[in-house]
Amino acid sequence: MTSSSRRGLPGLLDTEAIRKDFPVLDRVIHDGKKLVYLDNAATSQKPRQVLDALNDYYERHNANVHRGVHVLAEEATALYEGARDKVAAFVNAPSRDEVIFTKNASESLNLVANMLGWADEPYRVDQNTEIAITEMEHHSNIVPWQLLAQRTGAKLRWFGLTDDGRLDLSNIDEVITERTKVVSFTLVSNIMGTVNPVEEIVRRAQEVGALVVVDASQAVPHMPFDVQAIQADFVAFTGHKMCGPTGIGVLWGRQELLEDLPPFLGGGEMIETVSMHSSTYAPAPHKFEAGTPPIAQAVGLGAAVDYLSGIGMDKIAAHEHAITEYAVQRLAEVPDLRIIGPTTAEDRGAAISFVLGDIHPHDVGQVLDEQGIAVRVGHHCARPVCLRYGIPATTRASFYLYSTPAEVDALVEGLEHVRNFFG
Amino acid sequence: MKLDSMYQDVILDHYKHPHGRGLRDGDAEVHHVNPTCGDEITLRVRYEGDKVADVSYEGQGCSISQASASVLNELLVGKELDEARRIQDAFLELMQSKGQLTPDDAMEDLLEDAVAFAGVSKYPARVKCALLSWMAWKDATAQALGGDGASQTDTKESTA
Repeated sequence: MTSSSRRGLPGLLDTEAIRKDFPVLDRVIHDGKKLVYLDNAATSQKPRQVLDALNDYYERHNANVHRGVHVLAEEATALYEGARDKVAAFVNAPSRDEVIFTKNASESLNLVANMLGWADEPYRVDQNTEIAITEMEHHSNIVPWQLLAQRTGAKLRWFGLTDDGRLDLSNIDEVITERTKVVSFTLVSNIMGTVNPVEEIVRRAQEVGALVVVDASQAVPHMPFDVQAIQADFVAFTGHKMCGPTGIGVLWGRQELLEDLPPFLGGGEMIETVSMHSSTYAPAPHKFEAGTPPIAQAVGLGAAVDYLSGIGMDKIAAHEHAITEYAVQRLAEVPDLRIIGPTTAEDRGAAISFVLGDIHPHDVGQVLDEQGIAVRVGHHCARPVCLRYGIPATTRASFYLYSTPAEVDALVEGLEHVRNFFG
Repeated sequence: MKLDSMYQDVILDHYKHPHGRGLRDGDAEVHHVNPTCGDEITLRVRYEGDKVADVSYEGQGCSISQASASVLNELLVGKELDEARRIQDAFLELMQSKGQLTPDDAMEDLLEDAVAFAGVSKYPARVKCALLSWMAWKDATAQALGGDGASQTDTKESTA
């Protein structure tokens, strides 16, 4: 396919209208180059609707939550808890009380690992048990489990990868065993874009009675998502990758688990009564939200959820699929370019990693930046993937609801320029 | 084009035709990484008394980090340790200048090809690439020469 045939792409959103909502996309950088923002897997840009919600909160309603009896405190509490309602509906949670606000997905995953480390039976992770993860995890879904394994003596196992960037589930019965207490994996790879087969993993985990934790950081922003349909026990994601502000993440957990499992952080807000000898705890979600929460950030996330819902997650998914399909085809035209991960748009998200001959990704990213094109270079907090494929790093382009075919063309032209520069 | 200030011909030339690459015998070996981008270098130093007899290295990384290692080899091998340290200090000063320092004649004489990296100092994300091999050399030298070397080289740890 060439750039002249891209107008016929099915499923594209009206990006001209959508881009007007995102002030930063108008920026011109490096002496007149139009910004081409292709680093959405790192963080998304923010629409005016979210920025206005943040401003309005601070200008009109700012107070601490769940404490005062004054007007502002009531309003702030209603806005904060209203955001919880919005997020719960967005992921089809059976109960709003299952939505815990954290600071990001990393904190959400660390929170689960620590709940399990301090839990009593039947959840307790100890030296007689195992933890299962995969080789394609973000470091935030590796290191918390390594820490838990080191501290408890549990054994850490993981799924390897196939040459085409998929999970190798051929030994699933050896990775997930009768001793496995928890299986944690990413729904969509942040480095390769791979969408993983949830059902098969969940079925095996349920067979052995292991809890299932899903890192949905690269999924919830991009597709319709239903915590009940995927049958996980915990789901982690973050606000800033879905048009929300930084500093707000989510851990969804099944209600009975949140009731049974112990708190991790102690402090204000998470208690029922406190004496100098002992304390009792508030019910979930507050049991897991010690201290003043990120209130404005939660309100901003609520506005982001409204914004995305207004457009429609099914439409956003279709748009990204069309852009991804176009991008993998156009990238295939670039000499010496090798995609790391699935080379078609099937079962993959809109993050595409590649290497370009023997030009180091740092150099690729630098020359692209000079043309106004923002990509991510490095190991993308997924170093084991780079080791697996014998590469030091990759260049990653990642798309979102405001990405256009013209931006894909700009990337391809930019890569030609990179090849000439280092040729 | 602004990029040319970073990718000087001298740098690209060192990148494509590196000096002294490959690992040879040494008194000490270090392995340094740049965790944000995955650049890596294994570097060995060999001393004959106070003279830098060899600096050998193997690594992977961007053009800036690889060219910098090549320049280091060219500049430091054969120098007395005091002189090598003066060069290292000058290079560090240049790389930490955020593009504000125009090398004077004395600095140009001291740094030779390494003055080409002045443009890199304008790009904060790339300063660490340029300094990777120099920090590795400092570390390896401290290990090769023992306690005295270590205490003298611990003074400037800020790299970017």
